[in-house]
Amino acid sequence: MNVALTVNGEARALDVAPNTLLVEVLRNHLGLTGTHVGCDTSQCGACTVHLNGDAVKACTVLAVQADGAQITTIEGIGTPEDLHPMQAAFRECHALQCGFCTPGMIMSAIDLVKNSPNLDENAVRHGLEGNICRCTGYHNIVRAVLAAATQMGSRVS
Amino acid sequence: MSATGIGASVRRVEDIRFITGRGRYTDDINQPGQVYAVFLRSPYARAHILAVDRSAAMDVDGVLAVLTGREMAADGIGDLPCGWLIKSKDGTDMRQPPHPPLAVERVNYVGEPYGVVIANTLAAAREGADAVMTEFEELEAVVSVSAATRSAQIHDNVPANRSYLWELGDKAATDAAFARAAHVTKLEITNNRLIPNAIEPRAAIGVYEPSTESFTLYTTSQNPHLARLVLSAFVKLAPEHKLRIVAPDVGGGFGSKIFIYPEETTVAWAARRLGRAVKWTGDRSEAFLADAHGRDHVTQAELALDAGGHFLGLRVKTIANLGAYLSTFASSVPTILYGTLLAGQYRTPAIYVEVDGVFTNTAPVDAYRGAGRPEATYVVERIVETAARELAIDPTELRRRNFIQPTDFPYQTPVALMYDIGDYEASLNKALRLIDYAGFPARRAASHARDRKRGIGFSCYIEACGLAPSKLATALGAGVGLYESGEVRVNPTGSVTVFTGSHSHGQGHETTFAQIVSDRLGIPMENVEIVHGDTGRIEFGLGTYGSRSVAVGGSALMKATDKVIAKGKKIAAHMLESESDNIDFDTGVFSVRASNRSLTFGEVAFAAYVPSNYPLDLEPGLSEKAFYDPTNFTFPAGAHIAEVEIDPETGVVVVVNFVAVDDFGKVINPMIVEGQVHGGIAQGIGQALLEHGIYDETGQLITGSYMDYCMPRADDLPSFIVDTTVTACTHNPLGVKGCGEAGAIGAPAAIMNAVTDAIGIKDVVMPATPERVWRACRGE
Repeated sequence: MNVALTVNGEARALDVAPNTLLVEVLRNHLGLTGTHVGCDTSQCGACTVHLNGDAVKACTVLAVQADGAQITTIEGIGTPEDLHPMQAAFRECHALQCGFCTPGMIMSAIDLVKNSPNLDENAVRHGLEGNICRCTGYHNIVRAVLAAATQMGSRVS
Repeated sequence: MSATGIGASVRRVEDIRFITGRGRYTDDINQPGQVYAVFLRSPYARAHILAVDRSAAMDVDGVLAVLTGREMAADGIGDLPCGWLIKSKDGTDMRQPPHPPLAVERVNYVGEPYGVVIANTLAAAREGADAVMTEFEELEAVVSVSAATRSAQIHDNVPANRSYLWELGDKAATDAAFARAAHVTKLEITNNRLIPNAIEPRAAIGVYEPSTESFTLYTTSQNPHLARLVLSAFVKLAPEHKLRIVAPDVGGGFGSKIFIYPEETTVAWAARRLGRAVKWTGDRSEAFLADAHGRDHVTQAELALDAGGHFLGLRVKTIANLGAYLSTFASSVPTILYGTLLAGQYRTPAIYVEVDGVFTNTAPVDAYRGAGRPEATYVVERIVETAARELAIDPTELRRRNFIQPTDFPYQTPVALMYDIGDYEASLNKALRLIDYAGFPARRAASHARDRKRGIGFSCYIEACGLAPSKLATALGAGVGLYESGEVRVNPTGSVTVFTGSHSHGQGHETTFAQIVSDRLGIPMENVEIVHGDTGRIEFGLGTYGSRSVAVGGSALMKATDKVIAKGKKIAAHMLESESDNIDFDTGVFSVRASNRSLTFGEVAFAAYVPSNYPLDLEPGLSEKAFYDPTNFTFPAGAHIAEVEIDPETGVVVVVNFVAVDDFGKVINPMIVEGQVHGGIAQGIGQALLEHGIYDETGQLITGSYMDYCMPRADDLPSFIVDTTVTACTHNPLGVKGCGEAGAIGAPAAIMNAVTDAIGIKDVVMPATPERVWRACRGE
């Protein structure tokens, strides 16, 4: 089936099998391997990307459902020279260790902050319960999200 | 201290690629012409394989091969070995069942691979696997660890399903201590089965190059050289010099990626057989079924005390579940890494432990973060706390009364280890201040006023890390030495490429090791590159586990760096017309003592590669290797205190405060060390409150996904208060001890001591789920 997507600002046209998942398109067809797969039950959130500006788990979206959509992946939010505030905060706060959950965690966190004019530790912890990290114990992830939220214009308490 | 030197919280070098999606994990790698593997796995816990009908699978478009254990055996592929020989107390060797990478006649756990389907696409491989018709004869499964020795015999060469009955300590002296005890505390406890769950599932790509008869295996390994050694010496895949193992970015391990597994072995073998690169990426369901699990002990413990509350003896009897086969280091975990830690931080004069290592029809059990030491700590710290309650002594006071004192070091425990240094009371005192122990009664009263139960629990743990002195380890049964190697290669322009046999899968070696070398050489950290995870580039290594990276791998780099400096002094002495004994090296400058004549590190490096003005008797080049074999284990120790609040109406336990004060010796990068502690505590709290790998009575894993196995999530955990005390390790050049496992070792006992304190009950079985806690609160 033909699918047209805009991925990280670039128009992409693909011919995929109807059961192809968005995450497979990103990783295998487009080579955007920053989006990871950590489970098979839509629980871990490592595959989180933005679809028309909202965080979705790309393992649970069919490529054909995303036809016509704007997709943003971890590769599309910043570069090593010009990091997104959330990326910068993750590094500054040591909010990652093995890095495998990190892209999904950052994409979820950006969505959380964008939709939360007011944030505190509790709200961050609840807001990120759909993303599993096995390395950090979340302590520094929570710090990073609150630090980035301030940068991104949310009120943090 | 410089901004990037030893002791500085340098932001991590590796982070830039991870936060921008540029990491390179095994599944991100693709090879030209690669094909895909999907494994055939047993649906039964114990069964005979009667027939495998491949015809329908071979008819699936794109399927290239269906291979089973028979083809593998016919190709001369050997069994997966266990690398640690344990002897039973009667002197006999442990019993080790054959462990073919693909099962041939019998399967012994749900998920055990017995074949593989290889196809041009992953979809075709999956379809092919579904089309294979396998006829099994199901047999009665052995699931209960307590009943394993009285159950059906799983392996022909293992009577009573017992691998070994191991002992440590002086039984007579311990029995005598109990005979004269004023008080004996008894406790029966379970250490729940855990499933490691690194977020990156295991994956592998086998590549075979027929022109050189050589293999490259890309794989998610914590120790690529060990994989090469085992695949060559035991599995007989190829001679060692024809095997290259690459472990690129690896997404967490926690022990589970130490081991040599069937799947990685199979894709390498299949690559040769098919003449194509073969890729396998495990999914989470496979990880639950087929990654080695952790813990799973049932223990009876007794502590003898005198009338003054001094420990006289500790007697422990443990049944340890080894699963269906002996995984790579499985035998050592409930023995060498467990029994030896039962002295804890205390001057208990007599200790005796007996461990029954038994097989069951469950996934193999091996090292998981802490590996034996969490189990030992759980026994010691739960029974000490219980004794304090029985004797109505404050649990901190009972511990103080029995602590090994700073003046006692080096301290020989009755269970083989010689602790070099520590100050246990210092850690406890600091932790008590940080949690405001004095304010606890008021906080408890406030909770009670809201109909909540509040409890506080302590855990003063010790661990043996920095694995390990090779001579001691091999005497205790290890099949490999446990040193580490490193190479410091100074390039002609003065930048430095460092090769380490250690491996980072989240620990941050590219930062910490660069700090060590740049600090020592007095050159900018950005001039130092750390290379790890490739047997084609690094001479040898034993990898990362047992909190050993900096203590052993870092020490190897210190040795190699010092050799570089020593050679640099000879070069500088020649160029400066002096003697090398008269050359000082400081912050990147070689200088003639008490003179103004000097050369920079870069000038000396350049001279080594352009040796025009150069000593006649010295080889050109500036690159040095070192192996470091520790003389003892290191002994990180600390005090963890948990404070919990329980709603008796729901049974939900909330961790309201968690303090960890750890003595890791000297610290290279405090930021990274704190992160390691956070992650360990989370896994420890997970064990105590959430996680449990459960098999039903037929051997089906009923916690086989994130829908059923309760992983700690952000809203299950508090922020942690983490601090350190320092007694420098006495026997390695960095004075470091290791920090990777402390949280997972200390936390479970602290949490469970707090939970039982809150409820006012002797024990709740881990994990303390809301149902168990609710029942306990109701006295059920």
